[in-house]
Amino acid sequence: MSAAVETSIWQFALVGTPNSGKTALFNSLTGSRQKVANYPGVTVERKSGVIRTPAGHTVNLLDLPGTYSLRGRSPDEEITRDAVLGRLASETPPDLLLCVGDATNLRVALRLVIELKRVGRPILLVLNMIDIARRRGIDVDLGKLEAELGVPVVTSVAVKRGGTEELLRRMDELATRAGLSGGENTWAPPSNADLRTAQREADRILRAAVSEPKRPDTLTARVDGVLLHPVAGLLILLAMLFVMFQAVFAWAKPVMDLISASFDALGVLAHDALPEGLLQSFVQNGVISGVGSVIVFLPQILIVFLFILLLEDLGYMARAAFLMDRIMGGAGLHGRAFIPLLSSFACAIPGIMATRVIDSRRDRLTTILVAPLMTCSARIPVYTLIISAFIPDRQVFGFVGLQGLVMFGLYAAGILSALAVSFVANYFFWREGATPPFMLELPDYKTPRVRSVAIGLYTRAMMFLKRAGTTIFSMMVLIWFLASFPRPPEGVTAPAIDFSLAAIIGKWLEPLLAPVGFNWQINVALIPGMAAREVAVASLGTVYAIEGGKEAAAQIGQTLAGQWSLATALALLAWYVFAPQCASTLAVIKRETGSWRWMWITFAYMLALAYVAALITYQTAVALGAE
Amino acid sequence: MNDSHGSATQGSRLGLARRGFRGQITTIQPLADERALAAAEIERRLLELGFVEGAAVEILHEGPVGGDPIAVRLNETTIALRRREAMALFVIQLDAAS
Repeated sequence: MSAAVETSIWQFALVGTPNSGKTALFNSLTGSRQKVANYPGVTVERKSGVIRTPAGHTVNLLDLPGTYSLRGRSPDEEITRDAVLGRLASETPPDLLLCVGDATNLRVALRLVIELKRVGRPILLVLNMIDIARRRGIDVDLGKLEAELGVPVVTSVAVKRGGTEELLRRMDELATRAGLSGGENTWAPPSNADLRTAQREADRILRAAVSEPKRPDTLTARVDGVLLHPVAGLLILLAMLFVMFQAVFAWAKPVMDLISASFDALGVLAHDALPEGLLQSFVQNGVISGVGSVIVFLPQILIVFLFILLLEDLGYMARAAFLMDRIMGGAGLHGRAFIPLLSSFACAIPGIMATRVIDSRRDRLTTILVAPLMTCSARIPVYTLIISAFIPDRQVFGFVGLQGLVMFGLYAAGILSALAVSFVANYFFWREGATPPFMLELPDYKTPRVRSVAIGLYTRAMMFLKRAGTTIFSMMVLIWFLASFPRPPEGVTAPAIDFSLAAIIGKWLEPLLAPVGFNWQINVALIPGMAAREVAVASLGTVYAIEGGKEAAAQIGQTLAGQWSLATALALLAWYVFAPQCASTLAVIKRETGSWRWMWITFAYMLALAYVAALITYQTAVALGAE
Repeated sequence: MNDSHGSATQGSRLGLARRGFRGQITTIQPLADERALAAAEIERRLLELGFVEGAAVEILHEGPVGGDPIAVRLNETTIALRRREAMALFVIQLDAAS
């Protein structure tokens, strides 16, 4: 065991059960001095921060994933186990384990301390949320608790200014007075009998040192009486989702337009400043529009995560999972997949990032797999263009607009196919595995803290910009390259894209895509459309040599109506429901799953579905005489 | 400590109880079900959440579809779990809640 020397930097690790307020304590101790990265080789988030103690020592604090035991059931829990045991090659073994427990609910935390003691490292038990415990009339006899447990105990209030002073003082005292040295490691994975014994011991200590609450929390139960009500609960959930959906669409729109316009203006500026030629095109269409196409997602991502963080901190997320579990379970989805899938209606990228709330890897992968099938906002420009050009604006059944009905049908097709794919994925990929159980603590309701939410929002934003940014940006450059090379010969009036690699690929794809009714112009537009679905609209404008790009959507519609058959238009709609037409989503899947495999699986199955759907649509439409 | 592991089980399964049921856990014995996790694993997860023999439980809420999952009060916590997993918990009724 490493003993701390006065001058050295201490390594402390934060351990705790889920819902113990561990993250709030970490945020309070380290503030903005946090670093979020990944552990080498796995997708587990590594959070660390630096603390300066009152005595002037520097402490490196590692926030380990929450766990009920050191058993290592998931990749996250394996990290916690290995870090605590000092087995991680990339981490210095911790000098002290700070075990966090919710002072109002110590049963499982005390059992964790009993297990941690066998590791032989010094432990400090932190009774967090002591203010709430006192308000409920819970008396904690700290001296008795220390004596019975055999570890030092300190109280803290992570969410109040000065709430961690005592904890910091104790860190200094422990480290300087006795030095940090532990005993022998006798830890072995606990058997069920060990867990029982440890829990009984924890319950005995709890009875000896902690009183029952005199004023139990009745608020949570009363609020749950409404929020978990079979009818009212679902209605409130739907209302909340409606607000969130609105916010993602409506609130983000002006900011997104502003970002988009700024990058366009910047592009024009660069265009004017640089000499005509390749460099000019690269800077304007490759670099600036590439970076712009990444940044433009940021407002939606921030709004989605603002809602998710607020609902999570409030304690509502677990309730939403409770309400939706059975409804989603029919398709083999976990209750917790609900919010990520919902976010995917705005954009699959924040949706896929939000799957981090699902702790079972299997459930998380299924959710990531189907998230891109939800009709994201980037499909809307394409749908609108084709619908307004080809679907007559008339009423059916006397009161339903046909155009709106088709739009609704496209949304429904997305949802139904997501459910079907998840059902099939469960059957094929996880056949041998058992269904993961749904067991979830419903924490007491708490008021979200602005600071904690702000830190969470900041880390998500940086993560997106850094991680997705690099991959998305390189894809953009590649797509620019395909659409720009080789250069058109001098003195030709046809659009430059006709001579590019993209056009070559488009013509090469023609025999393959002819059965679904796509001509080579559509094939060409599909390639830049890989950057972002809505880019296909502008690209169609380019290949049909229409000036004005996105603004000329109405004009494009007229041209298309003259050039395409109805069957082709419907096939393209069907294609867009499924096609993996988004490099950014694929990049995020690669990042979040940590493997190329799942990215390619997503790409392949979506492409296959798109082709089959477009084929069936086209051939049926032709057979019905829509040529 | 392992006296509860005998083949004789006492009481009824919590997975069958309705909202408002209050009882005490007598035995933890998961269903043998090939689609579910191994029985020992279910038992371990229940133990990790704090379900032990002798603990008092109460069903506070039921899910909107088929009354599944259920929210169970266990000491100072509330745990949501599916009825399928709650089948592992054998309970004797303490008293009927109002």
